[in-house]
Amino acid sequence: MTALFREIYNAVTEFLRTFGAFQLFFLRLLRHSPGMLVSRFDLVVMQVFNSGALSLVIIMVSGLFVGGVLGLQGYSNLSRFNAEDWTGVAAAFGLVKELGPVITALLFAGRAGTALTSEIGLMKATDQLSAMEMMAVNPVRRVLVPRFLGGVIAMPLLAAIFSAVGMFGAHLVGVEMFGVDVGSFWQQIQLTVELDDVKEGIFKSIVFGVAASLIAVWEGYNAIPTAEGVGRATTRTVVITAIAVLVFDFMITAAMI
Amino acid sequence: MLCYAGPASLARAQTSAEEQTRNTVNEISDNLIEIHDLKFSRGHRAIFDGLNLVIKRGQVTALMGPSGTGKTTLLRLITRQLIPEHGTIHVDGVDISTLNMSELYRLRQRFGMLFQNGALLTDLNVFENVAFPLREHTKLTNRLIRHVVLTKLHAVGLRGAADMMPAELSGGMARRVALARAMVMDPDILIYDEPFVGLDPISMGVIVRLVRRMNDALGITSVIVSHDVAEVSTVADCSFLISHGKVAASGSPDELRLAKSDLVRQFMHGMADGPVAFHFDAPGYEEQLLGRDAE
Ligand SMILES: Nc1ncnc2c1ncn2[C@@H]1O[C@H](COP(=O)(O)OP(=O)(O)OP(=O)(O)O)[C@@H](O)[C@H]1O
Ligand SMILES: [Mg+2]
Repeated sequence: MTALFREIYNAVTEFLRTFGAFQLFFLRLLRHSPGMLVSRFDLVVMQVFNSGALSLVIIMVSGLFVGGVLGLQGYSNLSRFNAEDWTGVAAAFGLVKELGPVITALLFAGRAGTALTSEIGLMKATDQLSAMEMMAVNPVRRVLVPRFLGGVIAMPLLAAIFSAVGMFGAHLVGVEMFGVDVGSFWQQIQLTVELDDVKEGIFKSIVFGVAASLIAVWEGYNAIPTAEGVGRATTRTVVITAIAVLVFDFMITAAMI
Repeated sequence: MLCYAGPASLARAQTSAEEQTRNTVNEISDNLIEIHDLKFSRGHRAIFDGLNLVIKRGQVTALMGPSGTGKTTLLRLITRQLIPEHGTIHVDGVDISTLNMSELYRLRQRFGMLFQNGALLTDLNVFENVAFPLREHTKLTNRLIRHVVLTKLHAVGLRGAADMMPAELSGGMARRVALARAMVMDPDILIYDEPFVGLDPISMGVIVRLVRRMNDALGITSVIVSHDVAEVSTVADCSFLISHGKVAASGSPDELRLAKSDLVRQFMHGMADGPVAFHFDAPGYEEQLLGRDAE
């Protein structure tokens, strides 16, 4: 019995310790962020390209199909009530408020997050981070902060692109395939979707962007510096980001209703 | 403990003493790095246990010792990438454990370090790798950076490889690029971790002469970690043989070669039997092969 308590106690303290370190790490990134944005914007832009532009294909293809599915589902369910005109609205709500930010964040973790984690982990394993320290360059500032900021900037943009392409997919299905009237398809969206809905989506994508980038960078920086350690850290990035995104999604949605 | 200081190194000590007065340090000391009663362990294994060592200004000092004795660890302690459990390390009279982050970074700008595996930044090409410290710490124009970098690359014979990526280099080439990068800020103290491994005889000769020439011409203090007794003998003013967490012997290469101690003789002449075990600590060989663990 005492052994059990001891184990639980150890697990809890270990968790708290990691969590505390994680928060401190976040603060360190934030502390260097403004300076990096001003003085080394080129590095940040480079990372927006790495995380953002290189994720475009997967984001757009996924967006197109998710929008298409929303169109299919929306049409087939709404047509039971003769409300096909609302197909676009159903897709728009789904994309802008939920699926855009959430699926983008999950894809982002898989595409860009893993790349960040393994890149930083390998830099650590091959002494590149130590070498920077020896050259009196702070690796947190020079390596981690631009990557973190790149992810934070790229994520909302990707989510917006996802939603836009998704709407195009819904349009293809609803209007071109099932013959919903173009005018009413888009007019209903204009009339129903409000700025607050879009804001909710933007807010979510920013939160998810911070979470996904932070986790990816943290896991890379704290990876055990071996091939196996980096591999495991990469896996953890995907798993932890997925869970964090879904939990945050629930909390934000609950708070906004 | 003290090393033989030949006339050449005495002259060098004088020039650096002049520098010292310019730096208005009240006490002029020949000792650039002083390590006192250092203790450090990894897990339960004590790597250093009461190590004392002095590195003289303006000399080439070699740290030798069997694989796994902690030479790389010692370099990391000197540059405060690791923190000792006990004991002090002074660089230029300053206890490095008292430095805050920005003072530490200022101190590190005076160091150039060649890592055992090169540690080139894999997302930058050779030129940018060498230019990296300049770009981070100076506001030199691109033209000037180009000039400096190409000069350093030329010195290691790799000016032609400026556009290659680190992944395209061989191990020896990568280390030569890393050497160029370590020199590019014109540091006061150059630390080389195994600079001679993986070099062919020609580049080896060039690099050995480069190390010596930089040390003498620029008044740098050099610390070389190496197993290579023969090469070290040609460059080092003073060698320390580290074993079992302590300095087992020190002196000029000639003194070490003539030393009577079993340990020194074993190491300098490469004999398998002697006080230095070739094997890492392990249970009995027979016992482990035939014992129950074997199943
Ligand atoms: N990160 C680490 N964690 C645990 N033990 C380590 C770590 N790094 C090194 N060691 C241990 O410390 C000891 C000294 O390692 P170090 O790399 O300093 O040896 P070395 O003298 O440089 O050897 P070599 O000549 O082979 O490079 C080794 O026995 C190694 O097992
Ligand atoms: Mg070593």
